[in-house]
Amino acid sequence: MIKTAVVTGFGINADYELQTAFEMAGAKAPLIHIKDLIHSPQRIKDFQIIAFPGGFSFGDHIGSGKVFGSLFKLKLKDVLQEHVEAGKLVIGICNGFQVLVKMGILPNLENDWKQEVSLVHNDSGVFEDRWVRASFNSKCQSPWISGLTEMDLPVRHGEGKFVVGSDAIARALEEKNMIALQYMNADGSSPVEYPANPNGSYKNIAGICDPTGRVLGLMPHPEAFIQRENHPLWQRRDIKSGEGLAFFEKGVSFFK
Amino acid sequence: MRCEIFYKNQFGDGRADHLLKGIQKDLGLPLKALKQVDVFLLEDHPELDQEAAAEIFLDQVAQEMLVDHCAGSSDLLPGWDFMIETAFRPGVTDQVALTAYDAVKNYLGLTLKANFHIQTASKYLVAADGLSAEQIEKLSSYLYNPLIQRAGTISRGEWEKGERFPSVYPYKVAASDVEVHKIDTSLLSQADLVNLSKKRLLALSLDEMKAVQNYFADPEVQAVRKKFGLGAEATDVELEMIAQTWSEHCKHKIFNATIEYENQESGETTTIKSIFKNYIKKTTDEVAKVRHFLRSVFHDNSGVIQFDDETCVCFKVETHNSPSALDPYGGAITGIVGVNRDIIGTGMGAKPIFNTNVLCFGDPNTPDSEIPKGILHPRQVMSGVHKGIIDGGNQSGIPVVGGAFLFDESYKGKPLVYCGTGGILPARIKGQNSWDKEIKPGDLAVMTGGRIGKDGIHGATFSSQALDEESPVSAVQIGDPITQKKMLDFLLEARDKGLYRAMTDNGAGGLSSSLGEMAEFSGGVKIELDKCPLKYQGLAPWEILVSESQERMSLAVAPENLPAFMALAEEREVEATVVGEFIDTGNVEILYEGKYVGLLSMKFLHDGLPEMKLKALWPKKVIPAVKIDDNRDLTQDLETLLADPTIASKEKLVRQYDHEVQAQSVIKPFAGEKMDAPSDGAVIRPKPGSYKGLTITHGVCQRYGDVDAYDMAACALDEAFRAHIALGGNPEEASALDNFCWPDPVEAPGNPDGAYKLAQLVRSCQGLMDTCVAYSVPLISGKDSMKNDAVLEGKKISVRPTLLVSLMGTLPDVRKAVNTDFKQAGDLIYILGETRGELGGTFYEKMLKNALGPCPKVDTKSALALYAKLYKAIQAGQVKSCHDLSDGGLAVALAESAMGGCLGVECSLDQVPGAGQMENSRALFCETPSRFIVSVSPGDQGNFEKTMAGSAFGILGKVTGNQGFVINRGNKEVLKSRTDNLSRIFKGVF
Repeated sequence: MIKTAVVTGFGINADYELQTAFEMAGAKAPLIHIKDLIHSPQRIKDFQIIAFPGGFSFGDHIGSGKVFGSLFKLKLKDVLQEHVEAGKLVIGICNGFQVLVKMGILPNLENDWKQEVSLVHNDSGVFEDRWVRASFNSKCQSPWISGLTEMDLPVRHGEGKFVVGSDAIARALEEKNMIALQYMNADGSSPVEYPANPNGSYKNIAGICDPTGRVLGLMPHPEAFIQRENHPLWQRRDIKSGEGLAFFEKGVSFFK
Repeated sequence: MRCEIFYKNQFGDGRADHLLKGIQKDLGLPLKALKQVDVFLLEDHPELDQEAAAEIFLDQVAQEMLVDHCAGSSDLLPGWDFMIETAFRPGVTDQVALTAYDAVKNYLGLTLKANFHIQTASKYLVAADGLSAEQIEKLSSYLYNPLIQRAGTISRGEWEKGERFPSVYPYKVAASDVEVHKIDTSLLSQADLVNLSKKRLLALSLDEMKAVQNYFADPEVQAVRKKFGLGAEATDVELEMIAQTWSEHCKHKIFNATIEYENQESGETTTIKSIFKNYIKKTTDEVAKVRHFLRSVFHDNSGVIQFDDETCVCFKVETHNSPSALDPYGGAITGIVGVNRDIIGTGMGAKPIFNTNVLCFGDPNTPDSEIPKGILHPRQVMSGVHKGIIDGGNQSGIPVVGGAFLFDESYKGKPLVYCGTGGILPARIKGQNSWDKEIKPGDLAVMTGGRIGKDGIHGATFSSQALDEESPVSAVQIGDPITQKKMLDFLLEARDKGLYRAMTDNGAGGLSSSLGEMAEFSGGVKIELDKCPLKYQGLAPWEILVSESQERMSLAVAPENLPAFMALAEEREVEATVVGEFIDTGNVEILYEGKYVGLLSMKFLHDGLPEMKLKALWPKKVIPAVKIDDNRDLTQDLETLLADPTIASKEKLVRQYDHEVQAQSVIKPFAGEKMDAPSDGAVIRPKPGSYKGLTITHGVCQRYGDVDAYDMAACALDEAFRAHIALGGNPEEASALDNFCWPDPVEAPGNPDGAYKLAQLVRSCQGLMDTCVAYSVPLISGKDSMKNDAVLEGKKISVRPTLLVSLMGTLPDVRKAVNTDFKQAGDLIYILGETRGELGGTFYEKMLKNALGPCPKVDTKSALALYAKLYKAIQAGQVKSCHDLSDGGLAVALAESAMGGCLGVECSLDQVPGAGQMENSRALFCETPSRFIVSVSPGDQGNFEKTMAGSAFGILGKVTGNQGFVINRGNKEVLKSRTDNLSRIFKGVF
């Protein structure tokens, strides 16, 4: 059976639903406290997938994901690097995405774990919870999103504005098809403005992957759309099921 | 080292922009630009150099950092005119600094040197031409709260001359006198006793002080004390413990008083021994005969009911009014994390699954000149409370569901901040009923979580008094959701491993109250105050005992489990300390540095409080019917009501709450095509594997109490219950919480109408009981806050007596839940329930500023029959939308359903049951309870009408595909607008 480690502790709070999502997709998905991983780093080898859930690790103090990311990198960089090199998967959602970005494993263009992009305060200046529509990049090779086209998903964050450190990095993300998903207008029109782009992200970027495609980070919460009734319009639209579940099914089936 | 961190200009700064807009809007100051700088003030530490600091604190992509340099170059903000910096006062929790400390520790990978200290500050550079000193002062006071923070300003000119903010702010807390003082009460006169109570902020009455005096004068008590080396004098530790335990906040003295209730209307006078026992508890005793899901009611931190065979759910609503008046942000966040702890501390420990808040403020449009000195403007109170709720809920990972913002001029002196939390726990844990508590003598008393400081000393006694200019600063605390989240995760882990026996939270009264309550299970407790971990040195023993420092739980741990418990705590970085032991001597024994500093018998502590004797007077009232002018522009009236702050859309505010974390939401705060219309409450699905759902709703109708508090209470319960029904809830599975916020109901020279307010309290309890019993809705927990008055500049501002009813119910299958929005053109619109035309206390009355006669009344018999049928219709899938009628009556509800659907309506008042010859305005805006608007597919018309047969209902009209919003009567047009126009007005207030 495919095993996912749902990393938790120190203010991570969307861990239970991420566990549920992976279980619904057919994986075993224990919650593992970061301290337990630090004590036994080799435990990572038991898992095909490492998942970083949303939340407020360390209260978002000193910048979202920063303290958790620094701690993980300091103690567990090598085992995580081996995990990715062994062809296994990593996903970070919301605070998990912030953690991956701050510790430099995303986008990791030079394979040196140096931070190249960031997620900063929303243009609105406040935390917002709203549903957005995301389009997936068909050229992006990440197994997490293969075959996906568009999806409604909730965003819930105060620091989700995606910015890039330099033009070169921006170009590389595009050329290497590492932009995995982008905010869009429901009718496909442009430009995409607030609130369709909920935070002012560069190029409406909602999620990216690393050059291997196996590490994915995104601000929207697919684990919060695993039931049809999670959708705000489930009584108005013909919604069959929790569409966000697709991410986890794709992650799990990657190993089959 | 002073590290200043700010966003690179090319990335903008949403926070600063938001702040700037807020200042421009709230203060009307002509600010041009603002730059925000985060400041970390680090004491020197080996290996902590600039490079390390950058690694730890800086986002190298988006931010820049300047070290040891109070930045002010023009690159930062061209043309800045002055800078303001704010920092916390000594002893105030600085959450970010706590995290910074952890970050430094992690990075350096070593134990940091003793006394290594980090502070944070916020610096703002401001560009604004020619602000007067007064305007800068106004701006500065917008940016900080002097109770908990300090602020400084440096002008551009001063900065250029070399003036800088300091590299460290004083942070040491002044030490208290740590001696234990003895107070010989035996010789004190009555006046002396009253003075002693006042001087020490004990908030005890003369009768209570006399009971204390008698206790210490008792020769038997003295004999026992002698054995412990204690004399006949009381120690300050003992007096403080008694005062906390006997506070109104903890003992609910008014609800337990003997009340002589004179009803001049009926001509009867009755003696009521405890309104709690005679109404609240009696309600539940009656209802328990027919409802069998009650598990633990009234005596634990929250009410527990059975959800399904394996699971229980629990619910509690608290108030945090007085602290929120002084420090709105800190008060609200502490309210949230405080009530979360009530849930964590229920039974063997429950996991919070939702927060729900009802926030009551003065009118946001109150002119500044009408705000007395010593209190904040309602807008500022609201802004701080809102932010506290955001941080408290979001950072804890608990979704905010349901809830409301209410505005009423009577909340200008003290806001009402109702914070509620629901939780889930397995029905059985390690073979035991999860809701039971047991403690054995010999179990260790363990405190976990934060450390103890001087914050929140006298919170319980303070909230039992009126607010005035002298209110104590130490009563303010700031909760830290992250410390608490770590503790909660740890405690749930420890619970499932069976590592502790029982647990309760440290809230009002601190350890004195948590350990005092737990001691009842074993028959006593021994507390060693010097073992308690402190934030800083210099706390007097009594301060340690009563401090309300946040994020702490008290536990009973069996000695054999202690090593495993402590090891797990250390692993999860949660501080845990043995501070005493549970015993069975019948006493609370308190030691400090090996010596006894307190010995109180449990019997005296818990039963020694003299009963209050109060008078209540209900006068004969004549409420004449009022004929209203019907030649008004009713379209205009509807638009005015939609812009009333209480009715208007709060979407912008509520979007800032995480209402979806835990992925359980089924009915969200918003409804409709654009997700911007209000729903009637919340539905969540607490167990992923089951379709059974929970509803969460509220009812509050404080203005009806101007006419009769009986009806106010009946209507509040009905409102919460009918919202539950509107969501698709099962009428046979609902439980309610009562939460009374009253002005002082004790008649005294400064409170001449106290007996009337007490009569209102009695009547509201009667109204609540009668309605609950009629609907078979038990009361499972409650709260009362009895001194919601502010005395400022010699004037008293008292809240309207306010009863909040919060309800948690179930529905068998969340897939059957309904929402308020119209779904499709062509659907039929029905009104259910009889319209009786009451306008007293309604929003229409408030708008017209005239008394409009009798207030709404509940007819429970017809309502209950209607609810049962509507439930059946919803279960049968015959109802496409359902909205209950409340604030603003029929017209407002119809507008909300139309706005949700982005659809028009063509309606007529001709078939509104009961409306007969009623004036149009009365039919449109009266607030008769127990009514709904539903929409039904034309194909279901026959079945729906069959289901509803026997109850009052009528067709209002139909949903249309355009935006026309038209209501006729006969062939005359009564009201005509456009849905999109109404929506614009509804959304244009906040």
